[in-house]
Amino acid sequence: MLNSWVLSLVIFFPLVGVLFILFLRQEQARTIKIAGIAASVIDFFLSAYLFWMFDPQKPNMQFVERMRWIEGLNVSYFVGVDGISLLLIVLTTLLTPIALLSSWNAITRRLKEYVLFMLLLEVGMVGVFSSLDLFLFYIFWEGMLIPMYFIIGIWGGENRIYAAIKFFLFTLVGSLLMLVAIIWLAMYASGPSAAGGLGRFTTDLLELYRIAPVLPLGIQTWLFLGFALSFAIKVPIFPFHTWLPDAHVEAPTAGSVILAGVLLKMGTYGLLRFCLPLFPQAAVKFMPLIAILAVIGIVYGALVSMVQKDIKKLVAYSSVSHLGFVVLGIFAMNEEAIQGSLIQMVNHGLSTGALFLIVGMIYERRHTREITEFGGLCKVMPILATFFMIISLSSIGLPGLNGFVGEFLILLGSFQSRFLNTPTYAILAAFGVVLSAVYLLWMYQRVMFGSITKAENQMLKDLSVREIAVLVPIAAFVFWIGIYPSSFLGKSAASTRVLVQQVERELGMRSQVAQKPTPPNGDSPTENRK
Amino acid sequence: MDFSSPDLFSTSPILALTALALVVLFLKALLKRGEDVIFGVTLIGIVICISLAVATYGRAGTAFQGMIQVGGFTNFFYLVFMVATGLTVLISRSYLQREEINFGEYYCMLLFAASGMMLIAAAQDLIIIFLGIELMSISLYVLAGFMRKRQKSNESALKYFLLGAFATGFLLYGIALLYGVSGSTRFVVIAENFPALTADPVFWIGVGLVMVGFSFKVAAVPFHMWVPDVYEGAPTTVSAFMSTGGKAAAFSGFVLVFFHAFQVGNSKITDVLAVLSAATMIIGNVIAISQQNLKRMLAYSSIAHAGYMLAGLAAGNGLGQTGIMYYLAAYTFMNVGSFGVLSVLEEQEEKNLTFDDYAGLGYKRPLIAAIMSIFMFSLSGIPPFAGFFGKYYVFAAAVKANLTWLAVVGVLTSAISAYYYLRLVVYMYFRESESAVTTEISRPSLAALVISAIGVIGLGILPSLVLDLTQGLF
Repeated sequence: MLNSWVLSLVIFFPLVGVLFILFLRQEQARTIKIAGIAASVIDFFLSAYLFWMFDPQKPNMQFVERMRWIEGLNVSYFVGVDGISLLLIVLTTLLTPIALLSSWNAITRRLKEYVLFMLLLEVGMVGVFSSLDLFLFYIFWEGMLIPMYFIIGIWGGENRIYAAIKFFLFTLVGSLLMLVAIIWLAMYASGPSAAGGLGRFTTDLLELYRIAPVLPLGIQTWLFLGFALSFAIKVPIFPFHTWLPDAHVEAPTAGSVILAGVLLKMGTYGLLRFCLPLFPQAAVKFMPLIAILAVIGIVYGALVSMVQKDIKKLVAYSSVSHLGFVVLGIFAMNEEAIQGSLIQMVNHGLSTGALFLIVGMIYERRHTREITEFGGLCKVMPILATFFMIISLSSIGLPGLNGFVGEFLILLGSFQSRFLNTPTYAILAAFGVVLSAVYLLWMYQRVMFGSITKAENQMLKDLSVREIAVLVPIAAFVFWIGIYPSSFLGKSAASTRVLVQQVERELGMRSQVAQKPTPPNGDSPTENRK
Repeated sequence: MDFSSPDLFSTSPILALTALALVVLFLKALLKRGEDVIFGVTLIGIVICISLAVATYGRAGTAFQGMIQVGGFTNFFYLVFMVATGLTVLISRSYLQREEINFGEYYCMLLFAASGMMLIAAAQDLIIIFLGIELMSISLYVLAGFMRKRQKSNESALKYFLLGAFATGFLLYGIALLYGVSGSTRFVVIAENFPALTADPVFWIGVGLVMVGFSFKVAAVPFHMWVPDVYEGAPTTVSAFMSTGGKAAAFSGFVLVFFHAFQVGNSKITDVLAVLSAATMIIGNVIAISQQNLKRMLAYSSIAHAGYMLAGLAAGNGLGQTGIMYYLAAYTFMNVGSFGVLSVLEEQEEKNLTFDDYAGLGYKRPLIAAIMSIFMFSLSGIPPFAGFFGKYYVFAAAVKANLTWLAVVGVLTSAISAYYYLRLVVYMYFRESESAVTTEISRPSLAALVISAIGVIGLGILPSLVLDLTQGLF
């Protein structure tokens, strides 16, 4: 039965490409590129099969595979997908071939290694989204740093070494503390059931979900901080964002696409998959702080974007702003907001990925990204201008395009959230939407409209067929999600509902244990708001 | 005293290795220009010893009236020592030829040191520990000074000898005091009387002195001062051997004495070891950052790794013991490998040993650079390489023993260590080179590097290979 191992196939299929490419010589550039793209395209179709076969009625993990791995530590190779990870896996497998195709001409040096690292990165990313064992998750999470580090460090821009090291060390500090938290949690599970343990050392996520609600609050707080710091750095939540502009600006285009498109989502995915259900009380406790940081991120990211001279930096800072929305939605902790966050993760992956691609295309022609160097480009590059417009509007959140769906749901959810308990956050966040219109449209106007002031811009070629092929799939998804979001939201609805219920239930159990008044969840907000 | 044949078979790995050392010594005396023969005989002998160690693995117990422990734990360490020795022998030949010190005595001393190590891992009596340490150390003093004509090598040997002799003095004095209060040097006897002995301050002085002796041998702060100078001055292949085999031997003794003779988990011992461990991790890693010479960088890194392993010892539980054993196996592969890479690229007069010399190596020697990167990532503890699982184990042991703070110090210093390990990767891949590397890489050296890399990846993906060996040993 294919379904029993198709997920592993999706995770590890890029390795087939890796093996094949290992036997090619550096000079066979064309074959290397084709092999890399073919492997990742096939992987995309495999994940599309996964998407197709996924039963949206069942909120549980599907395509589950479990195999004993390290007996002594009770670690298994344990993978599965639910509606939440499904969308992100498809996003990953979609963006990887696009990123590879976009670097067809951009990468000329050490091409073989480049494609190898991209494929290894894909294995790591899909692995992160499908791991159901914390140990396995950690291995993918950390292992993935290595290829990204090389991609920034070898094929990056001027300041690439600094950016690569900064990226690596920032992420490493966070994840190492998470490692201690993981060990702690597994050790706690090995305690007797009287103390809330399971009697065996385990890193199995589903088992840990069971003991999570009874963890004492003091312990939860520390564990939450251990996990959350790691994710906060990855997202990045203000004030841990300083690695991001460096890494984004210095990374090659494809690196930026993957970084913005997928890697940042790992942070928000982590918050959703681990922080909320494992440590709900601590999450509630820290919610005001995180919500404030998220709002600061939204506004700060937007304001900083506005004053950037470099288009790529502008897009990079806009990520800080957009991810702020996602984090706010997650911590609003109701179904609408989390659904919104989830779809917004996908949206951001598509639109910011595409913006980086477009910036990269302009850069390949002019070797500069200074906004003042351009002006009037839409006269010489009408196709690019069209795509740029669509993507910018999608990023701003124009109704009918994908960005709107996510932002609307997040704002709606956080407006009503009984955890946030005040519409202030939503109102402030809404400013972010306005600001995003300002910085993106202003930038668009300065780059695209007006008269051509620089002679170099006169002769620019419009997009080639390959470049159009890079952008068309993204644009298609932009419209698809914008017009008919249900085909995606529907897949994740059940899982999100279960997640919210799980958190609510755990909070309820907790308050009973602590003899505190139960929060008013008699009329579950998820029910009456449907 | 009668020697029964089961005793002889159980201890056959150590007997065989000692015999091998003597054979090599005679070969050297009988043959002129017999280095190639010696090289071959040594390798074959080591393979035989490995087979014997595997064959006697299950015979856990004691031999020679309980003086010597056999099977299980001991044989695990035999295997580690044999791997370290074998890999060192493989990387040595071309290095010795290039440095013009290709004398058969080198292999002979290597084997004597290895038999000392094996004696330590087999000890059930403090006297055996002492014998083993002396045999190992004296051979290593000679090896450190093997480049007679190079000033630094002489300095290294002298420094190592003086400080080492001092440390052994501490150890011996500690043993004497322990004997004085407990009336025996046997682990079993000391362990039986442990609760009563703890009331005696002299006993604690003895424990402290023994701890100092071992801390010196494993290179724990503040007894680490000798390491950078000795590792830098000694022939690179000898540094590889000292930092892996020597460290593994010292740790095997440390574990034996503290787990078998003293009660681990005793709060006094735990606290001291935990502080030693934290200090070692912090100081080793922080000082390593500023090193320009790769041998010194690896020396400080080796200090830092002693700190991680001490965390497992401080934890004092079964997990910690497994952790140390796994860690040492992993460390042997990655560190012999790293020093091995240094040794194949080093040129006469200590050339090609700084970060700058490695600039652009990824383009000039893709295979060597890739292998070195694997070692560096593994040393910094990035999964899926073996170094990560070692750290995971010792930190898990620390958390289990309620030493979470120690695990936090451990992970934070690991993050620091990533900086200097990755710095080498930065030089190899992200910088362009100015000079061309001309060194030829011989087949045995390459084989050793490839075996080490396979070891690091294999133990990383299938840690059970080693973990299963350590199950049920304690």
